[in-house]
Amino acid sequence: MSLKNHQREISVAIAITALAAVLAIAAPGYFAHENLSDLFLANIPVLVIALGMTLVILTGQIDISVGSVFAICSVAAGVLAKSGLPLPAAALAACIVGGGVGSLNGALVAYAGIPSIVVTLASMVALRDALRWQTQGAWIQDLPRDFQWLGLSQGAYPAAAFLSVALLIVLFAWGLRNLAAGRAIYATGSNSEGARLAAIDTSLTTFSVFVVAGVLTGFAAVLNSVRFNQIPSNTGLGLEMKVIAAVIVGGAAITGGVGTIAGTVLGVILLGAIGPALTFLGVSAYWEKAIQGGIILTALIIDAARARE
Amino acid sequence: MKILEAKSISKAFAGVQALKEVSFDLLQGEVHALIGENGAGKSTLIKVMTGAVQADSGTLVVGGRPVPRNDPAIARSLGIAAIYQQPSLFPHLTVSENIALALETGGSWRKVNWKERYRCAKELLGRIGASIDPGRVVSMLSMPEQQLVEIAKAIGAEAKILIMDEPTSSLTDREVESLFTVIDLLRGHGVGIIYISHRLEEITSIADRITVLRDGESIATRRRDEVDRLQLIRMIVGRELAAVFPKRDVPLGDVALELHRVGNRTRGLRDISISVRSGEILGVAGLVGAGRTELAETIFGLTPADSGEILLRGARAQISSPSDAIRLGIGYVPEDRRQHGVILNMPITVNTTLATLKTICRRGLIDRIKERHVAEGYVRRLSIKTPSVYADLQALSGGNQQKVALARWLAIQPSVLILDEPTQGVDIGSKSEIHRLMVELAERGVAIVMISSELGEILGMSDRIVVMHGGTVAGVLSRQEASQENVLFLALGHRTLICP
Repeated sequence: MSLKNHQREISVAIAITALAAVLAIAAPGYFAHENLSDLFLANIPVLVIALGMTLVILTGQIDISVGSVFAICSVAAGVLAKSGLPLPAAALAACIVGGGVGSLNGALVAYAGIPSIVVTLASMVALRDALRWQTQGAWIQDLPRDFQWLGLSQGAYPAAAFLSVALLIVLFAWGLRNLAAGRAIYATGSNSEGARLAAIDTSLTTFSVFVVAGVLTGFAAVLNSVRFNQIPSNTGLGLEMKVIAAVIVGGAAITGGVGTIAGTVLGVILLGAIGPALTFLGVSAYWEKAIQGGIILTALIIDAARARE
Repeated sequence: MKILEAKSISKAFAGVQALKEVSFDLLQGEVHALIGENGAGKSTLIKVMTGAVQADSGTLVVGGRPVPRNDPAIARSLGIAAIYQQPSLFPHLTVSENIALALETGGSWRKVNWKERYRCAKELLGRIGASIDPGRVVSMLSMPEQQLVEIAKAIGAEAKILIMDEPTSSLTDREVESLFTVIDLLRGHGVGIIYISHRLEEITSIADRITVLRDGESIATRRRDEVDRLQLIRMIVGRELAAVFPKRDVPLGDVALELHRVGNRTRGLRDISISVRSGEILGVAGLVGAGRTELAETIFGLTPADSGEILLRGARAQISSPSDAIRLGIGYVPEDRRQHGVILNMPITVNTTLATLKTICRRGLIDRIKERHVAEGYVRRLSIKTPSVYADLQALSGGNQQKVALARWLAIQPSVLILDEPTQGVDIGSKSEIHRLMVELAERGVAIVMISSELGEILGMSDRIVVMHGGTVAGVLSRQEASQENVLFLALGHRTLICP
């Protein structure tokens, strides 16, 4: 089981180290506090949502609606904050909206037995278009002052965000290892019928991971929205693919049952660090996607080779 | 004239000898029945003929010419066609498309002549007296209609040798009769038919000759008028039991589990009344499809019963999910260990504690030390051979995997333990260890329900034997009445017993 098999985490960590080594020699400016802070802030959505996506993929499912849910939650948080709701309430509401969509997705997958790719494709398209229709494409502007930077100073926000995200990561990594619920996730994803015969409620497990993914998407939307003074209604386009790519590069098997939070975090770091690194190294930014694709392909080829052993 | 001859065919799978020097022949225009217990080697012999598996030794002669190498395409070109229990048609395509796919040749870019396809299908179906519209989609056809399409396909391919594997298992009596009419018709056209069935009454009415297989060996080939059913049953079961079983007599306790007229319509079970006492090993025998696994899954709450009642230690129990069953002290080691019994890519620790996660958790947290202790305890007690309790199950042998599957359910401290084929695909050593463990559990007062397809195991290990047939109990045999003949007789659906 993946708990003791850390090959992928190690190889991704090596890749990150290699990249860091090249940057340290060729472009030491990359490690300036400013740049690293920006890099982290820009990758918050992918990182936070990837935690939920890891659970979904471990269970043997997929959720491609997170980009649309992210947009809805961002807009909801902004609209509610503008209407005078205090920030904690608006943030909570965004998480509830995310959890609501997640529970709808989860119920259709776990209890109606519809394949998750179809269910979440439907919610991805439907939510995105519903939002477009509702906002008429307009951005949410004139956000209240205490919404900005969570009401903190611009300098304090990155530290606060970093702490809360780090706490989330630790919580998820620890829970997946030490809670019975984590065990249920791995068992369901490894062998759903076998888990059911061992009296694990596989439907509840599947339902729950979609809810968690939804809530985290809402939380990510809040952490992201407060950085700007306006919220584009088309935010989060293509976010689901970045998230899934990071989870896969981090070693999670798309068929379920294999993967770790540590792997996912490393996957996010590797894919997130590449783009700006190219700029620093003077390589055309147009290469970013191609290189990311190459990394994903490499990871999958390694998986396939290992499966054949 | 011999149109097919198999000479001393042998075949082994992973060390298990499935066929030992089996010889078999088929004449033109003959129905030759092949009978034997589950696992006697019938399917393997057929697969050798259809090219699905390669024989280790022996020769296959078709139409007077030896076939040095066989594969499905060669077998087809030799005029060998097989029709299985479950028709293997493309459900979303029409009848004529299904027939055409099997028969038409040519490149991928040729233009399809739809009219010709339709006409050809109609003509072939007409030849066997079937009036199915070739334009219908196969998934809308009944089971016997699908079989007729399969037969039409075989005739279209100009099959000289038609293999029918349990063709009547899902047919009603009337449908069986019309199938027999078609078989007669084919026989008249000189087609040789190899007919496999568990239903002896059918065989004695349709077959010209009968070959009995047992434990991979050909026991005898007889003309229909030379044998009666009783003799056939004796040949199927053989005489002596192969192994010695460690069964000991245990004083029986109170009734632990009782089923009163339990039915489950979706799983095809009806009117099942059985009981098992603590300390007792109740064997459940029956042929494949008799409803044994379905019964186990009903008791365990995977597919809850929809009629009748289940009593545990005399009290009425409502079992609507596996967790209900576990709470009531019922454990279930399922059939097909690799798919259902264990999770292969997880370690012994996880597999052992999966059904009892709550007991190794403290305030919702998995207590890893306790988990390891539990796993180590079972590794010792069941002498599971492994380098470590953290080894993944896929690294263990089949016998050791099965012991882990058992450990998972021993961990719930069951008062009733249902074992579905507990020693299938397990090496001899582990097998007798598992048997010894069953006796030990019985001595501690566990009521054991053991489903097994191995007659020897059923007779050797059970205090009483429930024989199932057609989704219900065909009879219950005491140890005195228990004989291979009686078990098989009931399993085949006969009502009366042969004298002990």
